[in-house]
Amino acid sequence: MTTAPVAEAPAVPMTAKRRGAQLAMLAFAIVVVMGAYASVGLGLDGQIPSGTFTYGLGLAALMFAAYGVLAKWAPWADPLLLPLVTLVNGLGLVIIYRIEQTGQGGASATNQLMWTALGVVMFSATLIVLKDHRALQRLTYTMGFIGLGLLIMPLLPFVGREINGARIWIGVGPFTIQPAEFSKLALVIFFAGYLVAKRDVLALAGRRLLFIDLPRARDLGPVLATWGLSLGVLILQKDLGSSLLVFGTFIVMLYVATQRTSWVLIGILLFIGGAVLAGQLFDHVQARFEVWLHPELPEYYDRELGGSYQLMQGLFAFGSGGILGTGLGEGFPDLIPLSFSDFIMAVVGEELGLTGLMALLMVYALIVQRGLRTALAARDPFSKLLAGGLSFILAWQVFIIVGGVTRLIPLTGLVTPFMSAGGSALLANWILIALLVRMSDAARRPPPQAIQNEGLTQVFTR
Amino acid sequence: MSELALLLIRLAFLAVLWFFVIAAVGVIRTDLFGPRTAPSANPRKLPTKPAKNIPAKPKRGEPRQMVVTGGPLQGTIINLTEQPITIGRATDSTLVLSDDYASSRHAQLFPQDGQWIVEDLGSTNGTYLDRSKVTRPTPVPLGTPIRIGKTVIELRK
Repeated sequence: MTTAPVAEAPAVPMTAKRRGAQLAMLAFAIVVVMGAYASVGLGLDGQIPSGTFTYGLGLAALMFAAYGVLAKWAPWADPLLLPLVTLVNGLGLVIIYRIEQTGQGGASATNQLMWTALGVVMFSATLIVLKDHRALQRLTYTMGFIGLGLLIMPLLPFVGREINGARIWIGVGPFTIQPAEFSKLALVIFFAGYLVAKRDVLALAGRRLLFIDLPRARDLGPVLATWGLSLGVLILQKDLGSSLLVFGTFIVMLYVATQRTSWVLIGILLFIGGAVLAGQLFDHVQARFEVWLHPELPEYYDRELGGSYQLMQGLFAFGSGGILGTGLGEGFPDLIPLSFSDFIMAVVGEELGLTGLMALLMVYALIVQRGLRTALAARDPFSKLLAGGLSFILAWQVFIIVGGVTRLIPLTGLVTPFMSAGGSALLANWILIALLVRMSDAARRPPPQAIQNEGLTQVFTR
Repeated sequence: MSELALLLIRLAFLAVLWFFVIAAVGVIRTDLFGPRTAPSANPRKLPTKPAKNIPAKPKRGEPRQMVVTGGPLQGTIINLTEQPITIGRATDSTLVLSDDYASSRHAQLFPQDGQWIVEDLGSTNGTYLDRSKVTRPTPVPLGTPIRIGKTVIELRK
């Protein structure tokens, strides 16, 4: 490592590998998760569950394997991303295990651990295969088509499946996959590549009207197309969450690329327009709004489909948790329908209380902060946009689902990243983290030394 | 398991969870508060250093940072060390430009006798120091804009 003494230059804060800190935080995260397991067992039946060590050691083995891959193939990567994700994923496993103990159908910690293992495999594969993330820039339009294809796939006959009123699954043998989870990654890569190429024309051309800069009509094309796309998804698949996710991410990336507030205003206006229109036209969207505004009305509470029963049970759970929570294993997660997927945050809120929920949200915030820091430190515009977009999509996803569960915004079905039961989301999010790790490795790697003696050939390693 | 023991376990777990968050913030505190400048560390280091390192120490009035003040990378700050800084579209440059008006190896900045010198590396569209084209290695005064394509950089303390 070539760190100049402090006296000579202000030390660049980003050029330390910090292996020790990373290992220590990773071990800490696993200890916290094992503590949570033990605590669930003590709360449930007064003894430490026999699975504590098998689950704990399984998770530890997985994560240290991931660490090994990271240390070998991305040695300069951010030291915090992996430990933070480990903690969230591990706590998700614990909560799912805890729900499984109540006998609620659909929750299976073993399945989730298996998917986590697959996620780590995807993480490692992405790091090993993708040596240089800028290769993705060459695939801009390919990624755009892949993203669209994946988004539309569930609508196709034979492969598409409709579960719980939303047609967002495809069946592959006995498994069902939500392709939208992967399509959001492809779309962010597409947006980043597209905006790097077009951002000058988006930022500079246009007229000024009153106090906002209006872009040219032809530059509005892609925005309108994305708007149409997200509305199309919303209409055809009844997947409110994904459409909100895709549209919001595109607007924010546009803002990051052009630094023009007018895009944000246009985006918000388009979204409000779209939401109001959809609320007028479609029953299921209207039902979401009614439930959001008046969940306490008996007619909505008792409604069979799209009623407020689940939301109210979630709110009751938050209420019974209070500030310090009931303690792990001592709440009633079985009273909340689907508590292991969309409403996992309500279970956390009940058993760990506001204090635990805040800690968990802080961990998410730190993951996002590391991603945005990577975007700031990145040296080329494509990685800046890609890292910014990926971290934002993670933050936005947490906001949409936690906001929905806590009745800040209308509830739209989205998984809580790394926590909710569900394989596709877990795999996609592990790939997302791998991309962030890859970019933070490139951003934090000390810059190659410039040629000083022109007689010598310099060899650069990537 | 008594009620009290469960309460203690619950509180302990929450404390550990928050301790994890605080530890994580501790790892990245340089990000949040900037690098810790340790004035006490310098006197201890100086005697151990051989004399040749002493002239390289930045004196008052010498630039410490290169700041991009215009163009797509506006806001980027590169701390100046002993190493020369290369600017251009080549991906191994210190500052990678994505600018049609920049050459792949456009210019470089290097320190010499306590001054930073800008040198054009045979670029197509030239490097401008303030308003004059850089034809030979030229010392860069503090705060004078260097223009490369659409990018403007300057040296700051």
